[in-house]
Amino acid sequence: MSALTTEIAAGFDVERIREDFPVLKQTIHGKPLVYLDNAATAQKPYAVIEAIRKFLEVDCANIHRGVHELSQRSTAAYEETRAKMKRFVNARSKNELIFVRGTTEGINLVASSWGHRNVREGDEIVISAMEHHSNIVPWQMLCESTGAKLRVIPINDRGELILEEYARLLNPRTKMVAVTHVSNALGTINPVGEIIAMAHRAGALALVDGAQAAPHLKVDVVALDADFYLLSGHKMVGPTGIGILYGKSKLLNAMPPYQGGGDMIKIVTFEKTTYADLPYKFEAGTPNIAGGIGLGAAVDYLSHIGLDRIASYEHELLVYGTQALEQIPGLRMIGTAREKAAVLSFVIDGIHPHDIGTVLDRMGIAVRTGHHCAQPVMDRFGVPATTRASLAFYNTTREIDALVAGLRKVKEVFS
Amino acid sequence: MVDDLYQDTILDHSKHPRNCHVLGGANHQAEGYNPLCGDKLKLYLKMKDDVVEDASFVGSGCAISTASASLMTESLKGLKREEALKLLERFHDLLTTDSPVTKELGKLVVFCGVRDYPARVKCATLAWHTLKSALENKEEPVTTE
Repeated sequence: MSALTTEIAAGFDVERIREDFPVLKQTIHGKPLVYLDNAATAQKPYAVIEAIRKFLEVDCANIHRGVHELSQRSTAAYEETRAKMKRFVNARSKNELIFVRGTTEGINLVASSWGHRNVREGDEIVISAMEHHSNIVPWQMLCESTGAKLRVIPINDRGELILEEYARLLNPRTKMVAVTHVSNALGTINPVGEIIAMAHRAGALALVDGAQAAPHLKVDVVALDADFYLLSGHKMVGPTGIGILYGKSKLLNAMPPYQGGGDMIKIVTFEKTTYADLPYKFEAGTPNIAGGIGLGAAVDYLSHIGLDRIASYEHELLVYGTQALEQIPGLRMIGTAREKAAVLSFVIDGIHPHDIGTVLDRMGIAVRTGHHCAQPVMDRFGVPATTRASLAFYNTTREIDALVAGLRKVKEVFS
Repeated sequence: MVDDLYQDTILDHSKHPRNCHVLGGANHQAEGYNPLCGDKLKLYLKMKDDVVEDASFVGSGCAISTASASLMTESLKGLKREEALKLLERFHDLLTTDSPVTKELGKLVVFCGVRDYPARVKCATLAWHTLKSALENKEEPVTTE
């Protein structure tokens, strides 16, 4: 890591950065791996792998329990991640950061705990037409059990939220606005600051799904004034099964626990249990300790490179990739927002995405094909599925060239 | 490179699917859906005295699922219900096991490459799941999940 810091200070040396990712050094079906499925999960640098390995090899013990040395070490390392995450999203207190399995669990926690306490029949929850299923289904479940109504902000043909329509949806019955920061299927970067401000003016809270944003742009929950913000470790070069729910402490304090068990209590008797203070009130049971420690290493790694530099390099890739793909006859981009992350989602006339994905795989190129857990987005654009190349800061223009060559081969096979 | 999967017959049937139309006079039909990729298929059968007299399909899908539906409708004509179900079993074995290729499969052997692409098995079996449902006259659309 120290070597990395000095190397990249001079410029964005992507070849040097690629050295940090062992997975990228392999061949697939005899071709160098071209990994373009970063919106599904990002690859892991040595720094993360080593941190997890060190925990498992040297420091492994349960946290918040023993007085023995190993337990103290593991507790310190795990809690250090909370402090790092506080800095990473610029929260006011580390007690506002709850460890969860990922964005999905975090949204379920809020929908269940905050939702059942605050949402009544006739109330309204606003989501958008570009949400991942994880930011649709928990709210639908809440609406089903409370009699509240789900309202949906529509999107235009570029894949941008229509804010005038959003303004019309807001009313005194609106209790929560839950939107994604960056769309996984379209790449759209939403003006979440403005969306949150509008929600607050209407007296509603705002939750932001940051799963696709956190690895690609700087997140500042205070500047955004988000009430809840979610992120997943594995999208940001960390391990799977660990993520963060940020919530304003005033809100979290007023919410009942989501799950009961060890670690989330002060005193337990058969008559009454008193709950722990934040953040532990929401952290029942032994957590993914290795994952938490890996996440700490991941944010260190990203912060060393710098999210601003990552964002600007990825934007260059996006511009290059968009221009390159547009040269392919019959290719139509799905998602052409003016503010966009490095997601290239597209369809090709007469060729099904699964066939595209299979041929590309044989050339060593990993893309995602399907509905990307965003079926309403597919319906909106009238396609059953798309092919999606989602880029990360360790991708190169050379890899985009390989994708274009792969797509030319696809056209050859199926034309 | 992918010739083992996309054999010429498969490419031909995916580009020019046979029996791809609504079947007038069909007395059995069923719908199939693969939620993973959005493939949809409607299968029509005209059965007489327990024999498939005619079969057709409409729908949208990938090359594998379209070719599979096309070749299946060709293979079914003239088969008794029991024979059709037997063929389904053989076809399923072809895709998911190392069992030797049997000659009852006829042209369907072109799908033998699919067994090396586990992610694509459901594409090839969608039409056949739907066939089972059509023979049983099920109302609910079948899914591959």
